[in-house]
Amino acid sequence: MHSLFIKILFVTQALLLGIGMAQAQDVKTPDGLVKFVVEDVLTVIKNDKAIQSGDFRKINALVDEKILPYSDFQKTTRMSMGRNWSKASPAQQDQITQEFKILLIRIYGGALAQIKDQKMQYKPFRSSPDDTDVIVRTAILGKGDPIQLDYRLEKGANGWKVYDINILGAWLVESYRNQFNDQISKGGIDGLIKFLQDRNTALSTNK
Amino acid sequence: MSQLGLRILKSVMLLSVLTMTACASIQQTERVATIDPFERVNRAVFSFNETADQYVIKPIAEGYKFVLPEFVRTGVTNFFSNINDVLTGANNLLQGKPVNAVSDIGRFFINSTIGILGLFDVASDMGLEKNREDFGQTLGVWGFSDGPYVVLPLFGASNVRDTVGFVVDVKADFITNTNQLGADEKIAIDSLRIINRRADLLDAGQLIEDAAFDKYSFLRDSYLQRRRNQIYDGYPPPLKDQE
Repeated sequence: MHSLFIKILFVTQALLLGIGMAQAQDVKTPDGLVKFVVEDVLTVIKNDKAIQSGDFRKINALVDEKILPYSDFQKTTRMSMGRNWSKASPAQQDQITQEFKILLIRIYGGALAQIKDQKMQYKPFRSSPDDTDVIVRTAILGKGDPIQLDYRLEKGANGWKVYDINILGAWLVESYRNQFNDQISKGGIDGLIKFLQDRNTALSTNK
Repeated sequence: MSQLGLRILKSVMLLSVLTMTACASIQQTERVATIDPFERVNRAVFSFNETADQYVIKPIAEGYKFVLPEFVRTGVTNFFSNINDVLTGANNLLQGKPVNAVSDIGRFFINSTIGILGLFDVASDMGLEKNREDFGQTLGVWGFSDGPYVVLPLFGASNVRDTVGFVVDVKADFITNTNQLGADEKIAIDSLRIINRRADLLDAGQLIEDAAFDKYSFLRDSYLQRRRNQIYDGYPPPLKDQE
């Protein structure tokens, strides 16, 4: 009984220490942050069968827990909307951000879940200490050509946050700019929100 | 890409002429009007391509993928990729990157010999990374701008500069130039190249389908960014007028 108690104590301590060490990894620099988040997420995926089979709820929870604290999703949406952002009320802005987030998780969650044998390559990172907007470059190495995957981060009051990603040479925000603009010129802000909701519903029933 | 490619390119030329005479009356923002003045014709070609893909190319690619085990398809991909390394090397030379060119040619020799006619990409395992260069990128490096966006019949997204580059690449291609093969064999090999490539892209297709609000403009905007990124080898200077 006594030894069991000591064992548990040891294990908890080791766990706490482990968590402490993971946290201590340098998330104060943008490249350290990206590496920390990516490795953290990959470890979870590799050990979770449900995520590998594309369980949306679990992927969503993973994103909320591990990725969202380090990303500025509102900025992603705001920049994709461009000038149209100011045409939306704050409530509409929140709604669009929410729906866009769900859409992106649905799209990329599936791709994320398929990462198995691939390795991440972190490219050398150069920046000066007073930079507030930087790009961290990585690549996914697996079969075939390496897949370029870059992250754009901004330094805010709460540290570095990712707000744009580049897949195979195309930035997310830039790719979506016309997409948002077209929907808004067709049906206004409400039309856009409805479009996003319909797309998300369609994707949730398909899979 | 030889006979088949050239034949298709002739129809592309014809279509370009048609394009010039057609006037785009689609509502466009100023920015889109500069990059895609022929949107109306492009959209028509795009939907033709989509239909051709849906009923012919994609089903064949799916069958191909279903029938052949993965290692065979990888071998086919590697084989064409190996032939392409020669072109990549030549373009690296033209772009003033001799070190990369040496690496590309080294890859070609290693993979053609140890890698058994290019079926295995041993050079990558040895640390010689694959580069992707084509004549469209070379023209870009030389300072030629994109020109208007063009959707080529069957070959898809391009622009005027890259179409010129594509013609040169096809003319310079090994399969086009070899006299070891008859015309029919060349067509067969090019068909295999196209089907194999389509099979490699099957998984990405659904992702784009889900991600795009409008597939045409999503592919256009991604293509133009991606090409710019390639021309600057992954380090493009920021675009002016972001907002």
